[in-house]
Amino acid sequence: MPPVLDIDHLSTHIQLRKSVVQAVGDISLTIEPGETLGLVGESGCGKSMTGLSIMRLLPNGGHIVEGSITVDGVDVVKLSEREMRDVRGNDVAMIFQDSLTSLNPTMTIGKQIAEQVRRHRSVTRKVATERAAEVLGIVGFPRPRERLANYPHQLSGGQRQRVMIAIALSCDPKLLIADEPTTALDVTIQAQILGLLDDLKERLGMAVLLVTHDMGVVAGRADRVNVMYAGRMVETAPTKELFARMHHPYTQALLGSIPLLTQERHERLFSIPGIPPDLTEPPKGCRFAPRCTRATDQCREVEPALEPASTDHWFSCWHPVDGPIARVVVASPTAADANGSGTGVTATSVGGGAAPAPLAPAAIVPERQWEAGADDANLLMIDQVVREYPVTAGILQRRVASVKAVSDVSFTVGRAETFGLVGESGCGKTTLGKVIVGLEKADSGNVTLRGTDITKLGERELRRFRRDLQMMFQDPIASLDPRMRVGAVLREPMQVQGIGTHKQQEEVIAELLSEVGLPMNAVERFPHEFSGGQRQRIGLARALTLNPQVIVADEPVSALDVSIRSQVLNLMKRLQQTHGLTYVVISHDLAVVKYLSDRIGVMYLGKLVEMGSGDDIYHHAVHHYTAGLIATVPEPDPSRERAKSEIGIRGELPSPVDPPSGCRFRTRCPAAQDVCAEVEPPLRLFHPGHYAACHVPLQEPMPEDGNEPAVSAVSAPSGL
Amino acid sequence: MSIVIGEVAEELRPAEPIPEGGHVQGPRAGWRLALSSFVENKLAVVGSGIVIFFVLFCFVGPFIYRTNQVDTNLLNSFQAPSSQHWLGTDSYGFDELGRIMKGGQAALEIGFLSSAIATVLGTLVGAVAGLVGGVIDGILMRFVDILLSLPLLFVILIISNRYNGATVLSLSIIIGAFSWLVSARLVRGEVLSLRVRDFVLASRTMGANKRHLIYKHLIPNALGVVIVNITFQVADAINLLALLGFLGYGLNYPNVSWGDMLSNALNYLSDGYWWVVYPVGICLVLVVMAFNFIGDALRDTVDVRLRRR
Repeated sequence: MPPVLDIDHLSTHIQLRKSVVQAVGDISLTIEPGETLGLVGESGCGKSMTGLSIMRLLPNGGHIVEGSITVDGVDVVKLSEREMRDVRGNDVAMIFQDSLTSLNPTMTIGKQIAEQVRRHRSVTRKVATERAAEVLGIVGFPRPRERLANYPHQLSGGQRQRVMIAIALSCDPKLLIADEPTTALDVTIQAQILGLLDDLKERLGMAVLLVTHDMGVVAGRADRVNVMYAGRMVETAPTKELFARMHHPYTQALLGSIPLLTQERHERLFSIPGIPPDLTEPPKGCRFAPRCTRATDQCREVEPALEPASTDHWFSCWHPVDGPIARVVVASPTAADANGSGTGVTATSVGGGAAPAPLAPAAIVPERQWEAGADDANLLMIDQVVREYPVTAGILQRRVASVKAVSDVSFTVGRAETFGLVGESGCGKTTLGKVIVGLEKADSGNVTLRGTDITKLGERELRRFRRDLQMMFQDPIASLDPRMRVGAVLREPMQVQGIGTHKQQEEVIAELLSEVGLPMNAVERFPHEFSGGQRQRIGLARALTLNPQVIVADEPVSALDVSIRSQVLNLMKRLQQTHGLTYVVISHDLAVVKYLSDRIGVMYLGKLVEMGSGDDIYHHAVHHYTAGLIATVPEPDPSRERAKSEIGIRGELPSPVDPPSGCRFRTRCPAAQDVCAEVEPPLRLFHPGHYAACHVPLQEPMPEDGNEPAVSAVSAPSGL
Repeated sequence: MSIVIGEVAEELRPAEPIPEGGHVQGPRAGWRLALSSFVENKLAVVGSGIVIFFVLFCFVGPFIYRTNQVDTNLLNSFQAPSSQHWLGTDSYGFDELGRIMKGGQAALEIGFLSSAIATVLGTLVGAVAGLVGGVIDGILMRFVDILLSLPLLFVILIISNRYNGATVLSLSIIIGAFSWLVSARLVRGEVLSLRVRDFVLASRTMGANKRHLIYKHLIPNALGVVIVNITFQVADAINLLALLGFLGYGLNYPNVSWGDMLSNALNYLSDGYWWVVYPVGICLVLVVMAFNFIGDALRDTVDVRLRRR
């Protein structure tokens, strides 16, 4: 059978005003019918441009310089624009990352699907609508006929992505290009959508080109994987072969820099130094050479060709590696972590050998030396915090309901400890983070730092107190004022708090920059002149300026590329160790949270449903939500991924305006019983330090002390 | 199949260590970036050229091309352009070129002054409304709505009718007092979107007070739209002044505005005295257009989000 897609020596360039970006350079690949090909690499490496080249939907200035793209026997590069329109959506369909902007907000989804059908098939409106209902059914909409009249805004993100897939499927394409189809979705929904794509491929026999940055996603779903770097194909192999015996150092490094759920958390992550090259002037030799630890003069002078290691495994490298890096990069921590609540991370050099030695704390921002004592275990206490946002209606702004963002959450974080908060988006973890740093007022409950209740502080006292509670933001570009130079950004905290003279402030800035691994000339630059990882370093430096006790990191690495992510994670760990910082890390990524945290709290719809050490949570999950969440995290390990039989968590997050009675998870829980709807489960102890709130737990709780209520609820039969 | 799995020795590491966070690209000052993108817009350069020319023409010109703009000389009226009167004379015998300079002075002065008044007032009201919010925001914005619903021209005509003797200052105040509404709305919208941005939140977690937020973050970031709006306001004010002059409610003698001149001249257009109409009309169109060009280009320039890396 001829391949569905055959790309031969494709090069795509993008003309800018003054330069040419060589986005795709000399790429060849084929996809057989019914096959899923994974295309992985970091952002800006040309994988999306490859997808867009096939559709001939390149951005302004983009053009195919040479090569051919044969779709089902036809070279689409040679087609006229009019002929191309017949190919798009018909032979080749594409789904994008952002399903909200990809759908027309003013048209019902039924019309949008039917439009596509009528464009390519000469059928009546009625037949097209029939077809629309049919494909909506295929992508998993219950009662599809009723859904045809919905507008995109009436659907959730996962449902919109299903509609996008339905539109793509409506004309039975031979090839489906999925460009980061699940990146904008929650892990639980991601698992559902990926399962759907897999299922459709089986049933309809189409070929799928899965473009993603997530090695975990390709591990489970792709038959073969192509790795791209800086516009070049650097390695291609069947999935299992690639993960087990990769030969290109980039593939190895990419995989090595992902934190694993199974990973020992005191291990330092492997990281690739530097950033990908500027493709307007790509390096002469191997494009990975500047970041490669194995690079020689040969690598810097002559570009290696794609060579076969076996018939279906090709790579381009002068000094290939053999297999993944062992996960023990740094020697295990010594006995030091036995000291109570210490971080347990021993002094290990970090950062490609260029890491500066830890500096003495700046003289002008006094490192507050707290006497060690019982307080250390209770540095930060969150006690029964409730935060609800009113929903108002009418001109009188009458309060009709409330969004229950955080409902009665309590936990304690010790000094130099890291507490991780995980959950789907909309579970209230970001709101809780804002309450902790005092950006949001709690409706009730207390946040106590070293014995001071910050919810009771007056405006003025709170402002002074804030130096101890800093925040690290998700989007590094949005959190830096575009009109301030980096020097001013780092000076601002000291100015606000009135600390130090101009000269002293300058010394602190210099120290901070070297500590987060940025060159001194950064002071003069504006934030937009930095790469994403560098900006996040600036954000971290700013949070450190006031020597805070606690840093709340809200999705600190979600906006970053995999290789940069591990650099920032390593940096966060190192800074924690040198400054004795306490972190509250908020993330939807269980692997990141587990890697950083001593203890983890799992939130669901405003409630803390489970809390315990990383190992408690991962190996002995008690709550069904936690277990489902762990099952949905895509792991970069093909054998583990394929062994996963179920889809994890069914359905979508209910509305926080009107949460389910009793246990809020019961609507999606596989073990839900009558009692779950009637009684709200209390947090019970399952292991020293391991709590969970579930009537039908996955393991037996520890015997009660006797004075806690609601024990009777456990008498319901379990394990059905 | 033979793969050379080279054991690459330690000494083969990259020659120079890369800073942990990677290099930072070469220095480029923000204003230089802005300037280069401004200069790339050809219309903006033309617009700036025209404005600079007119400022020199109106304010320096009279010292070079000296004319009597005080005493009427009816014997000298409607002279065609000659070496003595480059653009001829008007119905009172004033030199037309000198009169355009004098009218231009008034136009530019009132344009800048009234837009300054409007901008300060509008920015203040907009920033307060956007930042404080709640009842104050509601009251201020309803006030703006009410003023916007008044027929502006009527009000100005009534005021200038009531108080005789319009001067540059009084007209600037009247025009300014009615054109701050748009900038108030603009600034309020900008502040509303800025105050929830992450960098403002970051500043709040440091303990910054409202004053710091306004001066360090909100005003510098809202300044872009304000500056752009100033240029459009200058253009509008000049047009409005011309209109008032045309209707006979402009500046009083011995001051003159381009509007008065046009209104006078139109009576004589059919008599073939083209020099009393076209030059001043062209000047008016050129200046207003130039300010609009500059405004458009500034809008692209000050917006950092549009800047290319």
